[in-house]
Amino acid sequence: MDLYRAHVLVCGGKECTDANSEAIINIFNKELKKQGLEKEVQVIKTGCFNLCHAGPICIVYPEGAFYSQVKTTDVPVIVQEHLVKGKIVKDLLYKGSFEKGIVSSLNNVDFYKKQTRIALRNCGVIDPENIKEYIAMGGYQALGKVLTEMEPMEVVKAVQESGLRGRGGGGFPTGKKWEFAHKIKDDQKYVVCNADEGDPGAFMDRSILEGDPHAVVEAMTIAGYAIGASEGYVYVRAEYPIAVKRLKIAIKQAKELGLLGENIFNTGFNFDLKIRLGAGAFVCGEETALLNSIEGKRGMPRPRPPFPAIKGLWMKPTLLSNVETYANIPQIILKGADWFSSIGTVKSKGTKVFALTGKINNTGLVEIPMGTTLREVIYDIGGGIPNGKKFKAVQTGGPSGGCITKDHLDTPIDYDNLIELSSMMGSGGMVVMDEDNCMVDVAKFFLEFTMDESCGKCPPCRIGTKRMYELLEKMTNGEAQPGDIEKLEELAYNIKASALCGLGQSAPNPILSTLRFFRDEYEAHVNDKRCPAGVCQGLLTFTIDAELCKKCGICANKCPVECISGEKGKVVYSIDKNKCIKCGACLEACPFKAIKKG
Amino acid sequence: MKSLEDLSKIREEAISEMGIHDNSKDIRIVVGMATCGISAGAKPVFQALNDEIKTRNLKNVKVIQTGCIGVCRFEPIIEIYDAGKEKVTYIEMTPEKARKVISEHIVNGNVIDDYTIGNVK
Repeated sequence: MDLYRAHVLVCGGKECTDANSEAIINIFNKELKKQGLEKEVQVIKTGCFNLCHAGPICIVYPEGAFYSQVKTTDVPVIVQEHLVKGKIVKDLLYKGSFEKGIVSSLNNVDFYKKQTRIALRNCGVIDPENIKEYIAMGGYQALGKVLTEMEPMEVVKAVQESGLRGRGGGGFPTGKKWEFAHKIKDDQKYVVCNADEGDPGAFMDRSILEGDPHAVVEAMTIAGYAIGASEGYVYVRAEYPIAVKRLKIAIKQAKELGLLGENIFNTGFNFDLKIRLGAGAFVCGEETALLNSIEGKRGMPRPRPPFPAIKGLWMKPTLLSNVETYANIPQIILKGADWFSSIGTVKSKGTKVFALTGKINNTGLVEIPMGTTLREVIYDIGGGIPNGKKFKAVQTGGPSGGCITKDHLDTPIDYDNLIELSSMMGSGGMVVMDEDNCMVDVAKFFLEFTMDESCGKCPPCRIGTKRMYELLEKMTNGEAQPGDIEKLEELAYNIKASALCGLGQSAPNPILSTLRFFRDEYEAHVNDKRCPAGVCQGLLTFTIDAELCKKCGICANKCPVECISGEKGKVVYSIDKNKCIKCGACLEACPFKAIKKG
Repeated sequence: MKSLEDLSKIREEAISEMGIHDNSKDIRIVVGMATCGISAGAKPVFQALNDEIKTRNLKNVKVIQTGCIGVCRFEPIIEIYDAGKEKVTYIEMTPEKARKVISEHIVNGNVIDDYTIGNVK
């Protein structure tokens, strides 16, 4: 097969054909031949672009240059300028709503342009409470294809060949899990969906369940057929009432149409789906704790092996995947494993959904192809850091992940690259931090979370996270002693090596990664009793710059504890550090920026 | 559901009901109503759109709820799909703005630039 360096897409919809798009295609082919480019550039007739008023339309890839109202005489110009010289012919580009200088459609905003939507394809497009809208978008076609045309092992193979890896955090090859569960023989197997999304700042799974619940229902039914299971459970946290409600509606509608239940597509295949509500314990997102919780036991992890694919729910073989992983399955079946594996990097295929939060302009939900750089996500899609502040780090992987600094912003995002940077993909939370964030404080925040959420089964996690938290508290209060950083580091490595489940093992990660990249901040806290970002209240001091002070006395009026002295118009004001409660009221009040925090 | 043909039949029906085929005369208004949208006030917006359509007796306009549109920062968001035209994204909606969208955009055919996503940049 010839590899083309460029593609010209010409609209073959009705309106464009009426407006002479056939002739345009012919001239394109003729001109390309003239330039000897017929082996380098391919001309393709496409379906309607839904922009018929701007037709005839052609788009030239890879640039994606969008030419509208193309006349036959424009074609030689496009070939000569764009395809030979590589210069986009700006005069012929689509102007549409740009004419007024205003973009009216979300599709034209930078936020959307770099995204590829597979798992989120229907989110924000269809009514999630109406199964017919899902079907109109091609829903349940994959299930029909699987049941009527494919053997279970073929389905497993397709998932394997797609290269899909678990989107919940670890990145284990999904196809391998399917194969284990398929091959083991048992009278009863289960399919389970992990929708117990608990990372602070993450809301990908919630959004998929709220926006496209049928995708998960369809994928789990496909999985049931592939591994030979007739029953499935979705474990979703009760804090997601809208997701739960829409999922319930989806299951009910699928049952009414016979897409769940008995004898689906008249093939004799039965599959039933149930919902189990989690009470919100973070540890229940850990797969073995989740299985215990479904069984009605206390949500605590079990030792692995045996892995759930061998002995899972009620000790039966169980396929357990995350919401986003499932949401990719119907598209893989419909469009093929080759299509899916053509997106992404060598070892990480497809796309990943991220929840962008923190100090970023465009807070929201984005789906990007693997291999997109962090810089593109934060600056091009996320719109950069608000208020002109400097970027400091981005936290990925939630409480199990770590921070990535500006030196690594050009790293293409995939499972292995993030692990190399001592962070991880995690479920997809991306918390952006700017110069005003103290990294010791950030580590303390995540530690407080894991400490609270530790289930208490194993001592390294139960006692260890508490001890680490105490050390961090000492540091942020200005009570740390020399050697505390080393103590913290040693403790972190010991917990990593000895905790029972993934949550305990990864609990020290936020500390280790901030220590790796921001050791100077820890040292400032311990040795100089200073918080460089000015966050840790225990370490703050407020001072008045005598040269900048205009003796106006506003600060003294605002101070709630009367610790600022001076005389209006005569004596420069100063703060009594022993009485100061570090509330920052004076800093805000000073019209001359004479008060410094540090 | 007994066969792929059954599914195709439902699909055809659904496509025509949704008004997403090329020569549809229907206008489809979707309101972002995931947690992010609802917490930003999408429910009163949804209500206002429906009320306005009912008062004006607009037969070819459908208002539906949808999941997270993605730019949670700008919720409540509504998007207008009208076959043959580019989708229009209105952001930071209120019931009052939503009513104006119906009168200006849907009835009179003028996109209200001030409310669109391009205007906040």
